[in-house]
Amino acid sequence: MLGTTFLLALRSIRRHILRSFLTILGIVIGVGAVVTMVTLGKATTAAVQSQIAALGTNILQIRPGQGFGRGGGGPRPPDFKPEDVAAIASQIAGVTAVAPQAQASATAIYEGANWSTTINGTTAAYFQVQPWPLVNGRQWTPQEEQAGKAVCIIGNTVRQNLFRGGEAVGERFRLGDVSCDVIGLLSTRGQAGFGGDQDDVVIMPIKTVQRRFTGNRDVRLMLVGVDQAYATSTVQASITQLLRERRNITDGREDDFNIFDTKQISDTLTGTTTALTRIVAAVAAISLVVGGIGIMNIMLVSVTERTREIGIRLAIGAVAREVLLQFLVEAVALSCLGGLIGLVLAQAVIAGLTPLLQVPWTFDPRINVIAFAISAVIGVVFGYFPARRAAALNPIDALRHE
Amino acid sequence: MANSAPLISLRGVTKVYGEGATQFQALKGVDLDIAAGDFVAVMGPSGSGKSTTMNILGCLDVPSAGTFLFQGHHVETLDRDQRALLRRRHLGFVFQGFNLLSRTTALENVELPLLYRGDEKRARRQAAMAALEKVGLDQWWDHTPAELSGGQQQRVAIARAIVTSPDVLLADEPTGNLDSERSIEIMELLTGLNRDSNITVLMVTHEPDMAAFARTVIHFKDGLVERIEAHHRPGETPERVEAN
Ligand SMILES: Nc1ncnc2c1ncn2[C@@H]1O[C@H](COP(=O)(O)OP(=O)(O)OP(=O)(O)O)[C@@H](O)[C@H]1O
Ligand SMILES: [Mg+2]
Repeated sequence: MLGTTFLLALRSIRRHILRSFLTILGIVIGVGAVVTMVTLGKATTAAVQSQIAALGTNILQIRPGQGFGRGGGGPRPPDFKPEDVAAIASQIAGVTAVAPQAQASATAIYEGANWSTTINGTTAAYFQVQPWPLVNGRQWTPQEEQAGKAVCIIGNTVRQNLFRGGEAVGERFRLGDVSCDVIGLLSTRGQAGFGGDQDDVVIMPIKTVQRRFTGNRDVRLMLVGVDQAYATSTVQASITQLLRERRNITDGREDDFNIFDTKQISDTLTGTTTALTRIVAAVAAISLVVGGIGIMNIMLVSVTERTREIGIRLAIGAVAREVLLQFLVEAVALSCLGGLIGLVLAQAVIAGLTPLLQVPWTFDPRINVIAFAISAVIGVVFGYFPARRAAALNPIDALRHE
Repeated sequence: MANSAPLISLRGVTKVYGEGATQFQALKGVDLDIAAGDFVAVMGPSGSGKSTTMNILGCLDVPSAGTFLFQGHHVETLDRDQRALLRRRHLGFVFQGFNLLSRTTALENVELPLLYRGDEKRARRQAAMAALEKVGLDQWWDHTPAELSGGQQQRVAIARAIVTSPDVLLADEPTGNLDSERSIEIMELLTGLNRDSNITVLMVTHEPDMAAFARTVIHFKDGLVERIEAHHRPGETPERVEAN
């Protein structure tokens, strides 16, 4: 009996191929839109979060200048000095470590290969503030750091391009005018949304960089690790106070440096993308509803034809239950097919858009299941309930239906 | 045959449509016996209750009062599903408007009752083709109703009605939508089925020419049986056709 029902339902779908197509089109688009939007939204959120996580949480970044897009005119505020680093490390409660950074760029040369890269001069505190394990080799020793030895830890991109993927630790290469020993290899961090390729870097003791590359004692950037037990905002306020004093900023004048709280940025951006995802998902959900209305229209248009059909089936001896089961199977089959096509379509669109949007490819089973379930429900509601009404008629009235 | 217990027996059957002020009594107490193997034509003016009676006899509708015996069993007490099963096993229908499934081949239309009976595919195909052959349309098995003439559609409908080898074939104005030539073809087909396959045929018609094919003619008037007229020489082509 169930086999017969399936056969009848499939025949009916095949016979009314245009009607079936129009019926599922709404579901295809609706499901496709919802799944695509929600997935891409979540992927964007995840991308933002991972980029922020790469910066490290509970870290304050301190730079000279007034931050994003501000501090237009006037001379550029001075960089920090090593004394500022020491002062923050020793005077502010809740600070676990302060990593200064001096930056330069130079061309690295090794056995005929050359690669232009960024040099990041810092101290061992850098690896304390943010986790960035080595996959090979070692840290520089305090002695090497103190003496400003030309030792370096390289990122994977440098290894790929300069050493052609070969074993780099233990090798010596030229970095600008400096002959440099590779003592460590960093684990891969990947692409960051802002800041480009994080693995394209050579990290050296800050003294080495200052002496051999920048030629001054300036510190361009400080990374401050904050103890979990302290609120970053409090620490941030104390540091602001201290730096204002050290940089002789009189009351009433604005800071000539800025402090980023990565956690705060993370929360803000995550909140923003989540809200955007919700809005976009809501718009997509509307398209699913519109799809449902489309199905209802098609079903209503065909209801005369279908009511007669039901009358015929009842007259030749079908029990109402059998007719209903057929219509139910037909409705569920159609909407599930539409749902499936929508899911596949969504995956295709997602696969096509993720590289363009530079977000990671993700698969969220939950939204797929939800969208699919909604499509099934829509199909049943709009396909089955009109049929149920028709099957409740007596065969005569159903046959006579205009 | 006339002496055996009737296949169908109606006693005091009434049918009331609507309620209250709009109530209308379509049948006012019909008594009727139909013998197995008979070929019955039902005639009468419009609104006299012919279709109402046919619908009750076809178990598509229930009487408001009275008894309806089919092969000695009470039908008026059966529920919807039981009536559906009775239709499936014992009855075949032919309608004025053909009522074939659109976009469905002749063969599949004829197969439909067998599907509900749960027959296997091979048996279904064979029986359906045999029925189409009986109505002379086996060549047209893969045509849809839209590709068939009215007369052909009605023959497909007859094939669908007889494919289950029913006891009774009920036809409400089967020739109502056909020209006279096509009508006579249909009548000859029904006569042949009645004679060769021993199917009891109940047919409503307005046309005396068509009623002339029947062995028994029941005249309705105002919701009652007015008179019953038996043609002589049962089983043979009626005199009137010869007279024409
Ligand atoms: N579903 C219904 N609801 C209300 N009244 C009905 C219904 N069906 C039939 N009638 C009425 O019952 C009466 C008998 O109808 P019926 O269809 O049996 O007539 P008929 O003899 O078949 O007529 P015709 O030759 O025009 O087909 C008519 O007056 C009709 O209006
Ligand atoms: Mg009638």
